[in-house]
Amino acid sequence: MAARRRLVSALLVFLCASSVFSGAESQEATLTGGHRAAAVDDPPTDTERAEQAAEQPAVEERRWEATEVEEATPDEAAGEKQDTSAPGTAAPSSAPQPKDDFQEELVVRPLHSGDIYASFQFRTLWETDFTRENKVSHYRLFPKSLGQVISKFSVRELHISFTQGYWRTMQWGQPFLPSPPGAELWVWFQDSVTDVDGTWKELTNVLSGIFCASLNFIDSTNTVQPSASFKPLGIGNEATDHRFLRYATLPREIVCTENLTPWKKLLPCGSKAGLAVLLKSEKLFHSSFHSQAVHIRPVCEDRQCKTTSWELRQTLNVVFDLYTSGQGKREWSLFKMFSRTLTEACPLASSSKIYIDVTDNPQGEQFELSPATALLSQAVVLGDRRTFSVYDLTQQITFGSVRSLNLLIRWKSTEGDMLRPLLHAERYVAGYGLQTGEIHTLMYNNHPYRSFPVLLLDSVPWYLRLYIHTLTVTSKGKDNKPSYIHYQPSKDRLRPHLLEMLVQLPPNSVTEVTVQFERALLKWTEYTPDPNHGFYVGSSVISSLVPSIVAMDTNSTLKRPLFSSFFPCKEESSFFVRIYTEPLLVNLPTPDFSMPYNVICLTCTVVAVGYGSLYNLLTRSFQIEEPSPGLAKRIANIIRKMRGVPPL
Amino acid sequence: MLAGVCFGDEPCLLIPSRKTTIKHANVLIFFLFSQENAGQFFSSGHTNNWAVLVCTSRFWFNYRHVANTLSVYRSVKRLGIPDSHIVLMLADDMACNHRNPKPATVFSHKNMELNVYGDDVEVDYRGYEVTVENFLRVLTGRLPPSTPRAPSVINEQIHCWILPLHSYTVVSYIKCHGGNGFLKFQDSEEISNVELADAFEQMWQKRRYNELLFIIDTCQGASMYERFYSPNLMALASSQVGEDSLSHQPDLAIGVHLMDRYTFYLLEFLEDIHPASKTNMNDLFKVCPKSHCVSTPGHRTDLFLRDPGSVLVTDFFGSVRKVELTMETINLTGHIKQWEESAADGEPRKETYSYSDQLPVSEIIHQKPKQKDWHPPDGFILGLWTLILLVFFKTYGIKHLKHIF
Repeated sequence: MAARRRLVSALLVFLCASSVFSGAESQEATLTGGHRAAAVDDPPTDTERAEQAAEQPAVEERRWEATEVEEATPDEAAGEKQDTSAPGTAAPSSAPQPKDDFQEELVVRPLHSGDIYASFQFRTLWETDFTRENKVSHYRLFPKSLGQVISKFSVRELHISFTQGYWRTMQWGQPFLPSPPGAELWVWFQDSVTDVDGTWKELTNVLSGIFCASLNFIDSTNTVQPSASFKPLGIGNEATDHRFLRYATLPREIVCTENLTPWKKLLPCGSKAGLAVLLKSEKLFHSSFHSQAVHIRPVCEDRQCKTTSWELRQTLNVVFDLYTSGQGKREWSLFKMFSRTLTEACPLASSSKIYIDVTDNPQGEQFELSPATALLSQAVVLGDRRTFSVYDLTQQITFGSVRSLNLLIRWKSTEGDMLRPLLHAERYVAGYGLQTGEIHTLMYNNHPYRSFPVLLLDSVPWYLRLYIHTLTVTSKGKDNKPSYIHYQPSKDRLRPHLLEMLVQLPPNSVTEVTVQFERALLKWTEYTPDPNHGFYVGSSVISSLVPSIVAMDTNSTLKRPLFSSFFPCKEESSFFVRIYTEPLLVNLPTPDFSMPYNVICLTCTVVAVGYGSLYNLLTRSFQIEEPSPGLAKRIANIIRKMRGVPPL
Repeated sequence: MLAGVCFGDEPCLLIPSRKTTIKHANVLIFFLFSQENAGQFFSSGHTNNWAVLVCTSRFWFNYRHVANTLSVYRSVKRLGIPDSHIVLMLADDMACNHRNPKPATVFSHKNMELNVYGDDVEVDYRGYEVTVENFLRVLTGRLPPSTPRAPSVINEQIHCWILPLHSYTVVSYIKCHGGNGFLKFQDSEEISNVELADAFEQMWQKRRYNELLFIIDTCQGASMYERFYSPNLMALASSQVGEDSLSHQPDLAIGVHLMDRYTFYLLEFLEDIHPASKTNMNDLFKVCPKSHCVSTPGHRTDLFLRDPGSVLVTDFFGSVRKVELTMETINLTGHIKQWEESAADGEPRKETYSYSDQLPVSEIIHQKPKQKDWHPPDGFILGLWTLILLVFFKTYGIKHLKHIF
């Protein structure tokens, strides 16, 4: 009870604070005095460091290094000097003044359906240049395998995700990081790459080795080169030339333990310490939705943004189902979700935090959180200001006397409603039979009075031949003319269809995009071993600038929680969001490959040819026929007949 | 799996690859140590063993074939063959199949006693990648450039192969749906015993193996090794020609059989083996008597030069890596410091970077359409046709037309 009261008063203090800093984007407030208040600040103060040093000397030693770097970065010139002139201060085991930084973060969002959404973010920042001539050879936190891929293939940006299950936007709201079912890969290459297609092919092969996935199935038949979507997420100072962009999805890709194992190995602490100990495959794959991703991009190193650092962001999102993994009880704990509890932060991490979304629960009337935390944080994420309870794993006090943290969320009431997402989309195949069909894409704008633009990208395999003349876009029963259309027709067995459209969605409306298609006949060797399962068509990608409820933070260099800092924001009034529709499963005309069928075919052929021709010979009567006139003469006779002239 | 991969003239890169090349390792071994000498250098023998484990069966009801393969995977990994030396091919995803009541697990024993999938499995070829072509390419090392390289494993629909390869030894193990003289892949293609024998011969000619153990668990399995003719091959099969291999361990919760009989007893046998075991091949031949297996397991040793009684099971299934300790101190920091300095020398960038707009609406709308390939103007084509017709009528005149009709 005391804990609850403290939480309430914390909130009051916090609200006052937030009204003072009205324009601020991410603040952390705390009520209790003493050293806990000091603990909030990031980077920690000297007294606190001393305290920690007493508690865990080994860990503290590393933290010293990390904080040193952090303080040095705002003034890069000074930091540079420090690096070279005073290497003796660094720990002997590591490189002189490592300019890399690792942060880990877990966000838990209780969903109204009783499910729970957990999102892990691990970020490694490294101040280096992979593109310079002499190769980078000394790696510390950044995984060497990926660093070598970046320099070998001149990658400017790389985004890869593996997802099982479909994100249900209407039930769960918007995810922090969207991803389509199956595997998705999009890469921006440097301008220096001459043979983009060849490099892309090699890159996919290497990546399929790194992630134990079938990415080598990415070839020209499922790769597209979007003309307007997928702008680079990192920084750059040159104009973006879409010739250096490649995008591909494999909607059928399986995601299982063998993909998680290499993904975990990329983390500095592996799965040995920190938040990653929670990543046990038996639990993670026993869920409604599982998505793991790796994003590599250049980001600003400091506020001036004159130099770049490389950011490796590894994310893992999972939604646990109330009934299959929660046994129907509205009660979640770390142990119930992951079958582990937390005992320490990753010693290499400069920050290690757990955020619990308590926005819908300001007075604790929806659910109860234990152990209670005094620390609250606010962040603008996906156009909304959310409040989070924060657990800082680098503080020993977080783990309490039992030295283990097992967060417990217990629901008190099942009431309350979720804010409807402003944008969502769905897609299905209509029509019957195996010859033609129609793809319907529905885009919902749920905003009561504002319209906003969306960019729709559709990549359809060549074996569905789109009739582009049947393309219609309608909203509210009226034709909605897209302001930009880019269509690239397919070539059989070479490249897929690519359709990109910029459409303005009127307020409170449903916009329907339909296009008819014809199913192609494949050669018999082109069918998969299980052709009756059907063929997948990847998700449509919808990128949009959705009006924001609160002012967005446009200063991308400010320190923010990781989950709110992925998409850069250019204006305050709207935020960028990318959503994916369902992939389609389409049946193609499929021959019967089974053995009985083939035996019947063979038998019937023998009977028809052997018996049939014999029967024909025996029953046919032969007579001599007059030679028939030539083709030209026959045509001339037909015309003469019409003219009433006697035939030739 | 970590494998050394060299790109052209650059220094060797360490790229984790599920498809590592078996070729380099073997070439190295074979050229550095001739076979007579090898025994002296490595008296324990098994230093560079490879395993190729193949399950060729698709669909949920063939769960047991995946479990068979994974149980051998577990054993060879436990006996010391690293993931980089194991090529695992699974034709279907059983662990994360939607019908699996316990996702991310594959059990080999009733009552969910032994999870052979584990928490750190690395599958090299999966799903549609498991084809006869890929299998043969892995075995013979004839992989196209820039493909993720893989050593070799074959598995059939009902049976899979396990191929632990040795420094001078290759073991293969197949579990598959086979018939007399062939093994089915994915229910859509098959490999014949002649093709397989030729592949092994090619491996031998390329010195890709020193000794090879081939195990196949399939119906009429013995027919698969009948045609072998390459030296230093030892082959085992779960059943004779005309016999079926039978399943074992039905599980009510999962709803399918978990193992095949032969592999079940093989796994039981391997579980008792440890790296220092003195168990020899003759014990392996007796692993599943007919009373247990119902079928008659067969083996073939006439191509093998050594006496099976003197060959330890760990010669094939285990691997020992030689580690040499040095007391010399190597100072790396000096070099790295130079490095960092040279890196810092670069002239400071003047311009400021910025994030690009994610949806620049006006820019997209005013984007110039892509230049089309050159096409003669429509007026030109029209004029050309008019000219042709004019010349035609000028030559023959319109009145001649009626004579034609």
